[in-house]
Amino acid sequence: MDWAVIQQSLPEFAKGFQLTLWLSASGIAGALVVGVVVSLLRYFQVPVLGRLSGAYVEVARNTPLLIQLFFLYYAFPVLGLKFSAATCGIIGLVFLGGAYMAEGFTGGFNGVSQTQVESGRALGMNQWQLARYVVLPQGLALSVPALAANVIFLIKETSIFSVIAIPELTNTALDLIGLYYRSNEYLLVLVVAYAIILIPLSLLLTWLERRVRYATFGD
Amino acid sequence: METEILKVTHLNKFYGARQVLFDVNFTLHQGEVLTLLGPSGSGKSTLLRTLNGLEAFQAGTLTFNGQPVVADEAHWQKLRQKIGMVFQSYDLFPNLTVLENITLAPVKIQGRSAATVQAEALALLERVGLSAYAKAYPRELSGGQKQRIAIVRALALHPELMLFDEVTASLDPEMVRGVLEIIKQLSQEAAMTMIIVTHEMNFAAQIADRVLFLADGKIVEDTPGQQFFAQPQTQRAQEFLDSMDF
Repeated sequence: MDWAVIQQSLPEFAKGFQLTLWLSASGIAGALVVGVVVSLLRYFQVPVLGRLSGAYVEVARNTPLLIQLFFLYYAFPVLGLKFSAATCGIIGLVFLGGAYMAEGFTGGFNGVSQTQVESGRALGMNQWQLARYVVLPQGLALSVPALAANVIFLIKETSIFSVIAIPELTNTALDLIGLYYRSNEYLLVLVVAYAIILIPLSLLLTWLERRVRYATFGD
Repeated sequence: METEILKVTHLNKFYGARQVLFDVNFTLHQGEVLTLLGPSGSGKSTLLRTLNGLEAFQAGTLTFNGQPVVADEAHWQKLRQKIGMVFQSYDLFPNLTVLENITLAPVKIQGRSAATVQAEALALLERVGLSAYAKAYPRELSGGQKQRIAIVRALALHPELMLFDEVTASLDPEMVRGVLEIIKQLSQEAAMTMIIVTHEMNFAAQIADRVLFLADGKIVEDTPGQQFFAQPQTQRAQEFLDSMDF
């Protein structure tokens, strides 16, 4: 292990680190928005859109991100739609993540007990009021653990972006290895870099899960 | 007890092919307390739930305040503001304080002024002895306290009829009395019209103007309260009272 090699590579990795963070944050933010909308369309069985949402979730979850990215990067330009590699990456992450997030939200919404929904109905609430005052506040709190797991999962998925040459962390490491053949050093930096992102985040999310659960249900 | 509040005629309910309520007929007058009694599975709770549209029925008619009930969700949403219901599991909203639980529906659904509703809610809390808990969350309350709040929450909508579905069934014995006292007060002081499903025979005997005794989804007996407990008209009801050690 040559520490000088590691030291020299750090500026390069710092750029990849930033890019990984930026792609993850954008992708996850988009996935959360897509997820909550899709999940509400399904929960309230909105005609047509509810069905389409269901189909989208199945397609997105049952195809690999790798193939989705190839599709965006190589097939879409043939149809006249050309995006930069980074844009493809974010779109891919939102497409895949939106489906996973939708399933996470759905789990939370379905976890709201039927008797809670009934007591809302017994007070004269309509569909929209039930969503606003009963299903959303409790369902969102219940879905936090699943959403948190998806956040971690999606950040790790960004490593696949290396195949369409987005210079994020994994791509940076593979590039350096290709240039200088110092696999041990560069892979070590790579692992440490992901751990720096994921371990604190994971702890933070666990803390958040407990806080939200307590604030909503008191246990 | 002149004005008719609710009239049920030839009500039949099915779950798929299985019939659970058979030709139910009864009339409820203003201020009357009707108690539904019967063994488990006799259809008491199901009947109660059809009366505010939480369960659909397949044949028959309901008339509320002289108006035939249009049994679709939109109409039920309006009617439920006049027909309060309290459940066995109380089901206060865990993310809201006691006061918010009570004022949510009157303010957001009925569109009444927040200040008026709040003052009224505090007065109601006072009456059930829980004004100290206005800012508390449901998790800080005992089962009996939660159930009293659930009753107040339903009353805040100014219902004309209250439905109580085994409201003491999941309470510790020492909590039961406080909840039953409130229901009794509501009948005696406010002359509230109500239908009560309960397994508390002593309570039923004290409060019921009339008893509907159900078995296997049919009304077996429709008898004035005093008479039912002293001298039921049917063998079936006598056996039921014996089994309850009454």
